[in-house]
Amino acid sequence: MKTLRYRPVSFDSKPLVGAFFIAALLALIGLGAAYYMEHHGHVVTGMDNSVVWGMPHVFAVFLIVAASGALNVASMGSVFGRVAYKPLARLSGLMAMALLMGGLSVLVLDLGRPDRLIVAMTSYNFKSIFAWNIFLYTGLLAVTAVYLWTMMERRMNGYTKAAGMAAFLWRLALTTGTGLIFGFLMARQAYDAAVMAPMFIAMSFSFGLAVFFLVTLGLYQGDGRPMGDYIVNRMGKLLGLFVAAVLYFTFIQHATNLYAPEHHGVERFILVDGGGITLLFWIGQVLIGGIIPLVLLFPLGSGKLGRGRVSLASLLVILGGLAQVYVIIIGGQSYPLVMFPGWDVSSSFSDGVATHYAASLPEIGLGIGGMAIAGLIVLAGTKVLDFLPVSLADEEVDPHHA
Amino acid sequence: MSLFDKVPACDSAPVEGRRGFLKGLVAAGALAIAPGVTLYKFAEAAGVSSAVRWGMLIDINKCEDGCSACVTACAEENGWRGHGNPRTDAQWIRKVTLTDKQTGFKKSLPVMCQHCAEPPCVYVCPTGASFKRADGIVLVDKHICIGCRYCMMACPYKARSFVHEDVDGQKPHAPRGKGTVESCTLCVHRVDEGRQPACVEACAKDGGHAFMFGDLNDPSSDISKQLAQYGATAIRGDLGVDPGVRYRGL
Amino acid sequence: MKRFAAIVIVLLTVAAGSAGAADWGVPFPSVPKAAAENCVRDTQFMRANHMELLLHQRDDTVHQGVRPKQTALTECLTCHAVKGGDGKPLTVKDPKHFCRACHDYAAVTIDCFSCHNSAPEAVNK
Repeated sequence: MKTLRYRPVSFDSKPLVGAFFIAALLALIGLGAAYYMEHHGHVVTGMDNSVVWGMPHVFAVFLIVAASGALNVASMGSVFGRVAYKPLARLSGLMAMALLMGGLSVLVLDLGRPDRLIVAMTSYNFKSIFAWNIFLYTGLLAVTAVYLWTMMERRMNGYTKAAGMAAFLWRLALTTGTGLIFGFLMARQAYDAAVMAPMFIAMSFSFGLAVFFLVTLGLYQGDGRPMGDYIVNRMGKLLGLFVAAVLYFTFIQHATNLYAPEHHGVERFILVDGGGITLLFWIGQVLIGGIIPLVLLFPLGSGKLGRGRVSLASLLVILGGLAQVYVIIIGGQSYPLVMFPGWDVSSSFSDGVATHYAASLPEIGLGIGGMAIAGLIVLAGTKVLDFLPVSLADEEVDPHHA
Repeated sequence: MSLFDKVPACDSAPVEGRRGFLKGLVAAGALAIAPGVTLYKFAEAAGVSSAVRWGMLIDINKCEDGCSACVTACAEENGWRGHGNPRTDAQWIRKVTLTDKQTGFKKSLPVMCQHCAEPPCVYVCPTGASFKRADGIVLVDKHICIGCRYCMMACPYKARSFVHEDVDGQKPHAPRGKGTVESCTLCVHRVDEGRQPACVEACAKDGGHAFMFGDLNDPSSDISKQLAQYGATAIRGDLGVDPGVRYRGL
Repeated sequence: MKRFAAIVIVLLTVAAGSAGAADWGVPFPSVPKAAAENCVRDTQFMRANHMELLLHQRDDTVHQGVRPKQTALTECLTCHAVKGGDGKPLTVKDPKHFCRACHDYAAVTIDCFSCHNSAPEAVNK
């Protein structure tokens, strides 16, 4: 194994400096949106008493799930011994922390009382999966920081495998916990399913790798560093596998729901007559996020996957992933609670009718702001410390290279 | 021990002969009876206990279709009149109309927080703001509510509302504010004074006398006797949350 | 000589400091008088510790249903009500509200009145 060298990105890179300023601007807009929402109250958003979690939560959950998946690249190197991914372990740790912090900032800024964050961090109800998730999220930041330290401090390199295992197990717990936020809601027709937990794990693998690939490619091309076809091809093939896993769990989720007549109402809503939700499911989640990337990443014939193909597939997986999280969070709330099975229900409080949710600009601004915060952290991190390998060319990375 | 206990400081002067001994004796005596004096003075600082479980019995057969006296009374008592935004306005109680899909038969009933014995909203609250009082009333401690709305996702009865805009003119006995979650309090401020919830009184006065309020743990209370004699059902009884609000005629 | 000058300066500073805030020309809040004297605890204790009392008492009230009249928030607001021109108690919107007299001076945000009415009756701000 050749000695790997890491180097910070350079200020000379115009694309990366430009990206930094754009991210900073988007982050500022996001903060402004958060202030606007907090000052006027949530009446200025599209969220109401029926759909209580909206666009900010879609972005936040996507970012958190992707964060856990981004860390998987490091796990593949440290835990599963995949030599090709070892150089990327540091960047993977940084990206996991960045995406997680981006998602958490959106979540916190959307609270009705964000000024009570100290209360949230000191007053715990340990029966609540939400409270456990707060520990899991902050804990992952700590565990990943330690993991990065073992990799970047030569004297600690001997502990990398152990730290990597700890990070891997922690992130599995975190993603399971995130899925269970919804899985534990026994009253809602669309949730209350054990399959939410493994489905979220599969989603984390898929979204995380897609984000990781695009960001890595962007950093390498932006800083003029070589990224060989070998690593591109490997990540592309792996992404294809993950996309297939997500499609499998989606199928299991809906097929098992369809088996029980009790769930036919919500399944009809999502799959057939939910309007925007149905479109987002079939075209967004299944087609754009699943089938087309599969076609791209499993081409007929031998074909190595080029970066164009994998980039497009990654982008589609991200868009499809956002659609999937939207269908889960908002579709699940739009369908009314079934309080009186067998009866038609109506009231002044939108009982018995599907709610139409329309995302407002402040919500979208806040969500994108969260992504921008993640981007800022990645850019700042790779500028200040040695996260980025000097080269990912084939001769550096490919263990079988002649 | 609350901050209002005035416990005299123990005199730690060394015993110097008879004078010191007598002083010590008096101090010990005062110390012995002081707690008793304090307890007697603050006897009402005992709080509620689980010996009582407050509940309601609503007879739908007596609930008229067009009547919403309970809703009006609750809004007036607790000050949650809307801002004209039905999407986001709080509704602590509402009339729900049920129509049989096959026959078109209609009935209506008031739905509010069911004050479950196993409340999903309490289990999911990250800070513990959503809690069940010892006497069974499920409340939101708005001092520690962070407005995450997870309890609203968890409630099977859509009982909770989020306050989406600034509130003004709050009733002193029912504080409520922007950014926190709220729901029917079973008029806890009235119950603690030995009175009945506003909806119960209003229905008795202006409605069909469909509400009954009382102690479910007391077999000799009116509500317990009615339940024992005629029975009642819970909305979504299959969920196993054991609501404190039961319905007859559902 | 230098040491003598230093001692003189120190003594003058101490003397000036102990002359009291008013002598410095720093405005001191004019706190409206309450309807009763030492109804809960004495003034100095209340000034330093009223937040402690409020924090403990609210937990007892909300979670245990303990409602001693003496320490109910409405009692505090009744006793400390400042009447406006129309004879109605002022709300926290008006700078002459009792709580604002000190809180404005100390620049400490009051969170209570986002939910609680700042007058003993249900008046609008």
